[in-house]
Amino acid sequence: MMDGLDDSPDLLAEDDNKSETPTYDPRTESVDLTKDDTLSIDISDALSERDRVKFTVHTKTTLPDFRESEFSVVRQHEEFIWLHDRFVENEEYGGYIIPPAPPRPDFDASREKLQKLGEGEGTMTKEEFTKMKQELEAEYLATFKKTVAMHEVFLQRLAAHPAFRKDTNFRVFLEYDQDLSVRLKNKKEKLGWFIKSMSQSVDEVLLANQKDADEFFEQEKGFLVEYHNRIAQSTKCADRMTKMHKSVADSYIKLSTGLGSLATCENTELDKVFNKVSECFEKSRKLEARVSSDEDLKLSDTLRYYLRDTSAAKDLLYRRTRALADYENANKDLDKARAKNRNVQQEVAVAEQAQQRACEKYEHLSELAKSELQDFKKRRVGAFRKNLVELAELEIKHAKALNQLYRNCIAQLKEEGRGAKAQPQ
Amino acid sequence: MADDREPPPLFDDEKPDKKEDEDDLFATPNEAPKEEIKDEPASLPTEPAQDKASEDLFAADDDLFGEAVKEVDTSKLRRKLTEDVDDLSPPLTPLEEPKPLIPTPADSSKAPPKKEPPKEKVKKYSQAKEPKPLIPTQADSSKAPKKDASENKNPPPKEEAKKKEDSQTKEAKPSKKEPASMAKEQPPLKPMKVSVDLHPPKPGEGEEVDLDSPETEGPSSPAKMEPDSDSSPLEAPPMAEVLPPAKPVIEEKPKPTPAPRKPSMEKSKEEVGYTSFAQIEEEESGDQFALDIKVHDPGKIGDGMGAYMSYKVTTQCLDFGEEKKTSIPAFRRPSMTVTRRFSDFLGLHEKLSQKHTHIGRIVPPAPEKSVVGMTKIKMSKEDTSSTEFVEKRRALLERFLQRISLHPVLQMDPDFRDFLEQDELPRATSTSAVSGAGVLRLIKGVGDTFSKVTIKMDESDQWFEEKQNQVEALDQQLKKLHASVEALVTYRKELGISTSAFAKSTAMLSNSEEHTALSRALSQLAEVEEKIELVHLEQADNDFFLLSELLKDYIGIIQAIRVVFHERVKSFHNWQNAQQNLAKKREQEAKFKQTGKTDKIAQAQEEIREWEGKVEKGREDFEEISKTIRTEIRRFETNRVKDFRNIIIKYMETLMNSQQQLIKYWEGFLPEAKAIA
Repeated sequence: MMDGLDDSPDLLAEDDNKSETPTYDPRTESVDLTKDDTLSIDISDALSERDRVKFTVHTKTTLPDFRESEFSVVRQHEEFIWLHDRFVENEEYGGYIIPPAPPRPDFDASREKLQKLGEGEGTMTKEEFTKMKQELEAEYLATFKKTVAMHEVFLQRLAAHPAFRKDTNFRVFLEYDQDLSVRLKNKKEKLGWFIKSMSQSVDEVLLANQKDADEFFEQEKGFLVEYHNRIAQSTKCADRMTKMHKSVADSYIKLSTGLGSLATCENTELDKVFNKVSECFEKSRKLEARVSSDEDLKLSDTLRYYLRDTSAAKDLLYRRTRALADYENANKDLDKARAKNRNVQQEVAVAEQAQQRACEKYEHLSELAKSELQDFKKRRVGAFRKNLVELAELEIKHAKALNQLYRNCIAQLKEEGRGAKAQPQ
Repeated sequence: MADDREPPPLFDDEKPDKKEDEDDLFATPNEAPKEEIKDEPASLPTEPAQDKASEDLFAADDDLFGEAVKEVDTSKLRRKLTEDVDDLSPPLTPLEEPKPLIPTPADSSKAPPKKEPPKEKVKKYSQAKEPKPLIPTQADSSKAPKKDASENKNPPPKEEAKKKEDSQTKEAKPSKKEPASMAKEQPPLKPMKVSVDLHPPKPGEGEEVDLDSPETEGPSSPAKMEPDSDSSPLEAPPMAEVLPPAKPVIEEKPKPTPAPRKPSMEKSKEEVGYTSFAQIEEEESGDQFALDIKVHDPGKIGDGMGAYMSYKVTTQCLDFGEEKKTSIPAFRRPSMTVTRRFSDFLGLHEKLSQKHTHIGRIVPPAPEKSVVGMTKIKMSKEDTSSTEFVEKRRALLERFLQRISLHPVLQMDPDFRDFLEQDELPRATSTSAVSGAGVLRLIKGVGDTFSKVTIKMDESDQWFEEKQNQVEALDQQLKKLHASVEALVTYRKELGISTSAFAKSTAMLSNSEEHTALSRALSQLAEVEEKIELVHLEQADNDFFLLSELLKDYIGIIQAIRVVFHERVKSFHNWQNAQQNLAKKREQEAKFKQTGKTDKIAQAQEEIREWEGKVEKGREDFEEISKTIRTEIRRFETNRVKDFRNIIIKYMETLMNSQQQLIKYWEGFLPEAKAIA
């Protein structure tokens, strides 16, 4: 796994090693994938070059379809997107929930913050600056790791899927050791993509009134639309919450250094008090930062992943509804053909064939979609359970650590206070 | 394998750039401070102008005090006439005022405990034929105590002394300031305190006896002195100093002025007794009687722009009825409640600082007026920010009163007690003009001239120099820390708000979640987050009311300390001015003698005597204020240590409690999460 990353002497890695919870992993485990040795994929390394990230995709397999049993290729984010689009465009996969594409690596926020920090350096002490910089670097690294993890999860889900794992494009992606020469979409293509997505949403609106005989899908549709909106809201709020928590943790830095420098100019025995409290805040800021990052990993990221997964499931339902509409249209066409030209058997036959195909497609889709949606639900519940349990455990762990920290600090302060009172008299 | 590749490249790409940036960044801050430092001295040259202006002001002050001094000194002057002939020989020496200047403050600090060194110096100086007036008094002050101690036992009265007493008491009547400052004059002469100590216990029992005792004692001193030593000029000054301690008791008669509503002799006498009692206590830094003051029930009175907030002030004398404290001028009732409006608080602060600041006492700063906050209330917007504002202010006012009540002298101030006790308070008129901002501006102006003047003062007293630097450093650090805490409060509040938003959105999500167990867990999560929101908000309140307000209060108190330091500088200037004037007069006299204008010599000598008195008064005032400030600063530091320690511990406890609550809530949630199946 990402050994290369973990080797770096950064704060997070160090903490990871110390982490007592065996289940703890810095990465989001939004998907609980059953282990299957036949095809296992991971991203063993990632490099950031300017605004580009190069992922080393490492594959281990026992499947006879691959030439070797173990191999690695270097892939860029754009190639992942290309792969995702291939799945989306393939009609064969219309009945499946296509795993959501990984988000584009975005370190702009971190870089911007770092720059801002540099600009504001004059306003803080050197100590504060170093700490803030460390924090930002840790943040940057965490974002980076998360990005890598999202790309990894995408591949792993494909590898775990009975249909997708056999896809040729996927194999090429994994095996072909040259650049896939995927270029970014040019303007025209982008426009086309945009129009397509627009037409899809318009279509979705038009199809909203599509009557569905199947109660299961009718219900699923209502659920997913609402669920998607709400989970989007939840994700936004959770993100804001973790961000604010981080800000609180960061403001402890200033508090700590402020108390420290207050102690240096203190002429009474208060200096000890200030130093103790300063030390205490320094420790508690690390813990609070951990609370924030754990909330981010366990809560926000779970929500975020299922936001995208819900979106993918919605797309599936759209495709099914589209197929249903097509089927009904084909039926109508057939009826028309029969009514109009009783004599022209050929026309009727064509319509019959079309109707047949539409019917088959629809039924096939519905069947697959049903199991996919049930799968989605299972996956979602499992991931939520796992992450919420871990979240609660981590919250308890951190709160206990903080509680202990404050308790010790108070005890020391009181002890010291008694000593100070005893001395002068 | 690729595994060996490190992620550092991740940073490597950026590092070169970053490092460069860093270098630049580091360079700038290093330069910046330098510039700042340069700036300061640069601004200094501009100050002398202001300085002169303030000197003028002081000169005006001199005249005010002058009269008082004149009368006191008449006897001394008369006797001195004979002696002054000797002074003719060193007429030019007075020019060297700097010299006496430096040693005397030092003397003043040493004088009370060690009586030997000043005497030696006196001898030396008199041999060197230094200006006499300064030195004899110095000598007197060191000698006097011994005499007084013995005098107290033999009381043969003398008319002259009585007259002087009377004249002084008369002077004391018109201005309230006078008695306060006079009463404070005893401290430099340690033994004098002994005599003061003797009185206070009496007032408690028999009132009339008290009245007599000082009079019998007072006159005694001159009587004893005259036969004792023939060097008559030496006597007058001690006389002047003997009187003040007795005066607070004599004052009883004029006293009704400060407390007109309590004409009963008993009451006023008690107060007098207590003033000295409190002072003694202050010296001992013992506990004073405690008042439990609560400001509560803020309410809006009136409507529109004329509306104002009124507060109920409830005072409880904790030690009321306790044996050892019964002699304390407890209030008429053990507990009382009055209604006060904000400007009354400002008025109280104004009155107290008028009376006490100029003699070196640190008066706790009054809360600032807030136009924004008040306007909101006037517009009768019942939003959270205005209730928050009112609560902030209520707490602020409460702390203000509590700080006063903790001060051994201020707690005895009749104005303070009227404030707590009187149902109706004369409407404070000047306060609206003297808003917090106005005071701040004033202080700022003071601060500017301040640094310049201190440079002169540095030489005179290292203790003050050190303290001033400490206070400045402390101020700077507190301000920085305060800003950080403010930021923390803001962030934590926002954390609370965002947690609440998340709780709501999670509740919504749980509604649409089709899986029952997951839905249940999510709604539980929403509940937990709602509780956590309260924890955060409560903690934010604690951040604010404990930590932030503590720092802010102390930043305010430091301002008050600065003002007090400045008062000392002013006092120093008064004294210095008097000395300069005295030198001029001497020069004049010498000229007259040289030119043989004998008719003018008498007048010149009269003037010299007058200025000698002023110099003496200036020195005393300066020593007095220096001493008071020392006591005040010591008090400030003791209280600061206590305050900070207690509040920080309290604050840490709130942090701990918050975490305890979090543990509880999350532990409650854990089984719910596990129940998802």
